[in-house]
Amino acid sequence: MVQKSQSHEMGMHTEQLAGRTQQRFFTPEEAENYVYPGAYDVDFNKRTELDVGKLDTKDINLRIRELMSLGYGTIVVKNPGAKHAIGVGILNRLQLYFEGSLGYFGCGLIDGPNIRVSGRVGWSCAENMMAGTVIIEKNAGSTFGAAIRGGDLVCKGDVGARAGIDQKGGTIIIGGRAGAFCGFMMQRGRMVILGDAGKNLGDSMYDGTIYVGGKIAGLGVDAVPGEMTDLDCQWLERKLKQYGLETPNGVKNMQKIVAGKQLWNYDNLEPTEKKIVL
Amino acid sequence: MCGIAGLIHRGKDGDIGTEMTSMLQSLKHRGPDSTGFALYGRPKDDELIMRFKVAEQEDMRKGFRIHDQVKERKSEVDRRLDELGAKILDEEIATEYAYRYRLEYGGDRRKLADYIEDIEGAEILSLGLGLELIKDLGDAARVAGQYKIPGFNGTHAIGHTRMATESDVDIRSAHPYWAYPFADVSVVHNGQLTNYWNGRRELERRGHRFMSNCDSELIAVYLADKMEQGAALEDAMRDSIEQLDGVFTYLVATADSLGMAKDTMAAKPMVLYESDDFIGLASEEVAIRSVFPHEIDTFDPYEGEVRVWKS
Repeated sequence: MVQKSQSHEMGMHTEQLAGRTQQRFFTPEEAENYVYPGAYDVDFNKRTELDVGKLDTKDINLRIRELMSLGYGTIVVKNPGAKHAIGVGILNRLQLYFEGSLGYFGCGLIDGPNIRVSGRVGWSCAENMMAGTVIIEKNAGSTFGAAIRGGDLVCKGDVGARAGIDQKGGTIIIGGRAGAFCGFMMQRGRMVILGDAGKNLGDSMYDGTIYVGGKIAGLGVDAVPGEMTDLDCQWLERKLKQYGLETPNGVKNMQKIVAGKQLWNYDNLEPTEKKIVL
Repeated sequence: MCGIAGLIHRGKDGDIGTEMTSMLQSLKHRGPDSTGFALYGRPKDDELIMRFKVAEQEDMRKGFRIHDQVKERKSEVDRRLDELGAKILDEEIATEYAYRYRLEYGGDRRKLADYIEDIEGAEILSLGLGLELIKDLGDAARVAGQYKIPGFNGTHAIGHTRMATESDVDIRSAHPYWAYPFADVSVVHNGQLTNYWNGRRELERRGHRFMSNCDSELIAVYLADKMEQGAALEDAMRDSIEQLDGVFTYLVATADSLGMAKDTMAAKPMVLYESDDFIGLASEEVAIRSVFPHEIDTFDPYEGEVRVWKS
């Protein structure tokens, strides 16, 4: 204790590693009504349009924030011009429409907004998304929905490689074809690919479920076929209907891929806890 | 990181100089060290365009006798061309160390290239009927202004903005690479080749020359070697997917074609726009948007994909 106070007096401090990253736990009711500190109270009926043809990324994002602070709950962004990192870090309820295409890292780090993109998105769309919906009307680049934790991420066209890499929750739906290594190191959540899937599907996945409507070029390490249940079919029908999508052969004929869990060579202990045990 | 871009007009010419400058300037953030253009104009019979340099930009700042040496080297180039029977129809001084010659020459092009490059500091950037390869330090706007690229009319082009990672920041290591000794073949690349030295040694044993230590040059020489053995461009590119190791996306251009290849991991980006009269490719869509501001449909080519388009 003396040592601690001395170190504090010297301007130093020590951090006790709890062995886990920060976590907050909510009851379902709290989670439903949770708003971030400083979130804006917006009205979905208050609508505005924003032409960003001549703005750069930072100004576009600041302008969206400014409009939210003025209570606008529906924002239509015109001429995004495939610029990078647009619509990121929105921790708010919001209806956001992009008329055009986004570049890399569009809609990343979001929690709550409902976003629709009329064009295409580049690499890493909706990376680390926590909640809300993102709907892409055309195609998407690689690492679509990397490390998403929640919400629904939908691309109605084709996507590139490594969609859902490190997926930790939520749902990714791909209306067309998907590239190689989709679901690589997937940990939780569901991915639905209505078209063909590239090679190494679900490589090294820990958990989670992948459904494929088309052909699979090849499964990755420790990804194995699972058995489609009635619950799977019901969930798929409901989700696809929600976004106006369908699979030509019916959901019952989709393939289900899960983790074989043969590569699980770790336990539940965090490194600091391991030290105590050892 | 590097940025690459390519375009091809089908059945007509366009201001590919302005278009490629605009595309590469949009990719400046992917690599500001150097910028290069391979522009394809309409070839004229019996006329060769030779772009060459006799010093590096860096040399001009610190060399004590460099200005005299540049003059001496250029004179030696002229003398050797004359000795080989090449007639200089026209010459342009692009910078104080880089030149563009229009030649009348019907002899062995490899012999000509070897003889010129034997001069200290001299490097042929391109030798072809339609190809003009321009590269220098700085971003696209700077290089384009320096070499008067806007307004260059032609059918197709590839270009590169370089983030130097594995070799020096100099013109020698800048892209595109001319696929010596093939006239009109050039390559730009984004990625890293992990079997570069093995591949280089093998090709050197077969008589090919490397001018830099940049792994990307291996692709140009590899394709040249394959084509020298009679392979078609697309077949050579398909072989490269199997035989080049690492992560890469590259573009290759010939007198009348533009091709792209992506490694089997799809680790490096490429966005493609295809219409009836124009093909545009780039590391980022924002580059294609710079020449097509209106709404267009684009997509990513897949892993292991090879495509070739004719002008």
